[in-house]
Amino acid sequence: MDKKIITYILGWVLIVEAIAMQIGTITSLIYKESNWIYFVIVGAASALVGFVLVKIMRRKNMVLYQKAGFAATALSWILLSLVGCLPFWISGEIPTFIDAFFEIVSGFTTTGSTILENVEGLSHGMLIWRSFSVWLGGMGVIVFLLALIPKLGGSQNIYLMRAESPGPIVGKAVPRMRNYAALLYGIYMGLTALEIILLLCGGMGIFDALNTGFASAGTGGFGVRNNNMAAYSHYSQVVIAIFLVLFGTNFSFYIMLLTKKFKQAFKMEELWLYIGIIAVSTLIISVNISSLYPTAYESFHQGFFYVTSIISTAGFGIDDVNRWPELSKAVIIIITFIGAMAGSTGGGFKVSRILILCKEVRKEFALLVHPRNVRTVKLDGKTVDHNIMRTTSVFLVVYLGIFILSFIIVAFEGKDVLTSFTAVAASINNTGPGLNLVGPAGNYSSFNILSKSVMIFDMIAGRLELYPLLLLFSPSAWKRA
Amino acid sequence: MNIVIVGCGKVGTSIAHELNTEGHDIVLVDINGDAVSRLSDSIDAMGVEGNGATYDTLTEAGVQNADLVVAVTAKDEVNLYACLMAKSAGVKHTIARVRNPEYTQDLFRVKDLLGLSMAINPEQTTAIEISQLFRFAGASEVDTLSRGMVELIKVTVPEKSIVANKRISQIDILKNKVRICSVERGSEVYIPNGDFVIQSGDKISIVSKSETAAKFFRKVNVIIGRSRDVILLGGGKVSFYLAQRLIKSGINVKIIEKNPIRCKELAELLPEAVIINGDCMDQDLLLSEGIEHADGVAALMDFDEENILISLYIKGVSKAKIITKVNNTSFDNIVEQLNLECVINPKNISGEYIASYIRAMQNSLGSNVETLYRLNEDRVEALEFNAKSSSKLVGIPISKLNLKDNLQIICINRKGRIILPVGSDSIMTDDLVIVITKHKGLSDLDDILD
Repeated sequence: MDKKIITYILGWVLIVEAIAMQIGTITSLIYKESNWIYFVIVGAASALVGFVLVKIMRRKNMVLYQKAGFAATALSWILLSLVGCLPFWISGEIPTFIDAFFEIVSGFTTTGSTILENVEGLSHGMLIWRSFSVWLGGMGVIVFLLALIPKLGGSQNIYLMRAESPGPIVGKAVPRMRNYAALLYGIYMGLTALEIILLLCGGMGIFDALNTGFASAGTGGFGVRNNNMAAYSHYSQVVIAIFLVLFGTNFSFYIMLLTKKFKQAFKMEELWLYIGIIAVSTLIISVNISSLYPTAYESFHQGFFYVTSIISTAGFGIDDVNRWPELSKAVIIIITFIGAMAGSTGGGFKVSRILILCKEVRKEFALLVHPRNVRTVKLDGKTVDHNIMRTTSVFLVVYLGIFILSFIIVAFEGKDVLTSFTAVAASINNTGPGLNLVGPAGNYSSFNILSKSVMIFDMIAGRLELYPLLLLFSPSAWKRA
Repeated sequence: MNIVIVGCGKVGTSIAHELNTEGHDIVLVDINGDAVSRLSDSIDAMGVEGNGATYDTLTEAGVQNADLVVAVTAKDEVNLYACLMAKSAGVKHTIARVRNPEYTQDLFRVKDLLGLSMAINPEQTTAIEISQLFRFAGASEVDTLSRGMVELIKVTVPEKSIVANKRISQIDILKNKVRICSVERGSEVYIPNGDFVIQSGDKISIVSKSETAAKFFRKVNVIIGRSRDVILLGGGKVSFYLAQRLIKSGINVKIIEKNPIRCKELAELLPEAVIINGDCMDQDLLLSEGIEHADGVAALMDFDEENILISLYIKGVSKAKIITKVNNTSFDNIVEQLNLECVINPKNISGEYIASYIRAMQNSLGSNVETLYRLNEDRVEALEFNAKSSSKLVGIPISKLNLKDNLQIICINRKGRIILPVGSDSIMTDDLVIVITKHKGLSDLDDILD
């Protein structure tokens, strides 16, 4: 594996992170807090190291093949988190390293599960860096680099994009990788700005609006108040819920709208299934919880907010879900696993994979009835390549494998089954809150180091869709030939 | 520019690579999903799977915003139809590959109807290239520059030639009518100045008018005469087009082909050629057909390996000029080591051909390069610029210009008169200036200054 080009990319990751981190410096200075210095120190050190790496590793005609592309992406995410947690840890605002690391991984992977018992105790600088990490992780730092640096990784840089962008089928919607990455970030920034403006219009303070905007754009779920989104007005909650649905939507939908391919855009089967799942889940939960709330509208509001929060894998909360009836909890667990659409900023198994697997099952059934039946599986009117069906099935197996293994390890700790189960599910699907101890009102601080480490692994594996991270553990990937 | 390429076969791949390095936005279309994804993963381009002759697929490929559609699938009919569809979607420029000789003949009738900007026939362009080589049998590369008015010919300097071990400025037989513009020695390429010493074994490229070139070669002991008897091994499409051209210019052609049915076809199409039905890899047959005494041989069979092997064999038994067709470019460096006289790659030729058309198109959109030729295995470029009155070079004697290293002004076309400039000459407005250089990406005449 070409280690030079991987190191070169890692150098750029450090530089970008150093710059991104300065949002903490600025905020600290505005609020006259003393800990801006930590962002400057960590930022300067990482920028320096990054600059040196980029300088000495720069080569003409760098070409990155699939294996190196995947490894570079996985290592970038690990490095990003290792450096990103330093301000929390050095400043002592999160005293233990594992907690600081857990918190930032939870941010970058847009999980949004926290180990903080008192969020409001964190300084403004740290809070905004925590929320901004979600924003950066939502679309991904590698995609950002692809937009920023011409010819990063040579002509085969589609593999970098594939390693970072979620979904079974990752292609480009415009000819140039750089333009495509810039287009994605453009849409992302536009939607985020729109949400922040709408929140400000509803009377939310600028600091809260920025944090909520960043956290919901990346579908992360970090709040800056102890009672999360319950602290905000009804209007703000509606705005957030609607934008969560938008950020959980495949970004190629927006590209189609921008290029005026309306017919094609609204023919996306995945979109309709996604909307359908949201509608049905909201309906079931609203009816199921109606006795808990004074009006039918209020229970609908509660149901809709939490469904969008979970399916987009953000994990915001406006009420304690633990007091909801069992049926509602079951629905929540199911949509935790389904997750958002492919090509969105959300996590989970992805609606498109469910769609492909369902169609494959139907094909297998047809073969039972008519053993010589010849059928093709179609998605959006196009035949799904056999390779994609194969990788989707294998993905399911690997996904379940990691889930079960993590579940067992976490269960060793002796917490109740529902807590352990939903904690692991919320980590691997990048959702954030689970049920019981880790419900929207609880947090992850009570887990031991082993469980936290397992969940950190699950979060990164879930965000990168398993393979890039697993590749790092495969000895054959590190051989030169 | 936005370019849609329909067909991701060998020609499509070659064109895509060429255009990608020149910085165009490329969308690839092929009915075979594997072919599309293999190519679009390896270069920075977008892939669309589908039938490129349908309106739906073309719109998906963004044909509305495309400046050019190049259709190079294996089927002529599909290519022409794809261009028609592209035209109906409002694309101004379309290029189709049409290789069937019967269609090529009628093309002028429908070219306007289909709105075709250019039809490319890889086999025919290859044949043209080879026929030029047979005209100068001693040359290993012949290119025409400046709309055919100047020829650029590459030859190997023989032992005991009068130019060997001399500085270029001392070679007085040149008398400003011939100019040495690049020298290949071993794996290095030089753009020589007056102090450069030529050695025997060097491959020199010279520029001159055709009749002067012949005189020059006689003086420096290079046998350059036109071939009289040429044997073509393999009777494919290239052979057919080549034979046609060679016969027209009075050269005796013999074609050896294994397939008896194809032999009959060729015999009908080319009554003046001698068609032999037999295996080209049969040494006895070759000897009995007089391979030792032929002036020129072209190995044009379907398999690269056979072409290379038989060329190496003939090199041992005959003094003929040997041209070897090699389709697969991935082993270029190895083929080079074999020291074959002349290797021809049809795919590269057509890629080059289309790329030069696109450069000319771009020229009307701002760039100043009139034409661009790639020489010495792409390591040297010859560019033709149009000198505008605003250029900094106009009116200044060449010796006073501070030119870049590895760069020479080799020729000026002043309203149809060819000047091989010396230091005292100066460039005038509206001159076509040909510059040879190892620098890449020059886009304006002023770029040649250091």
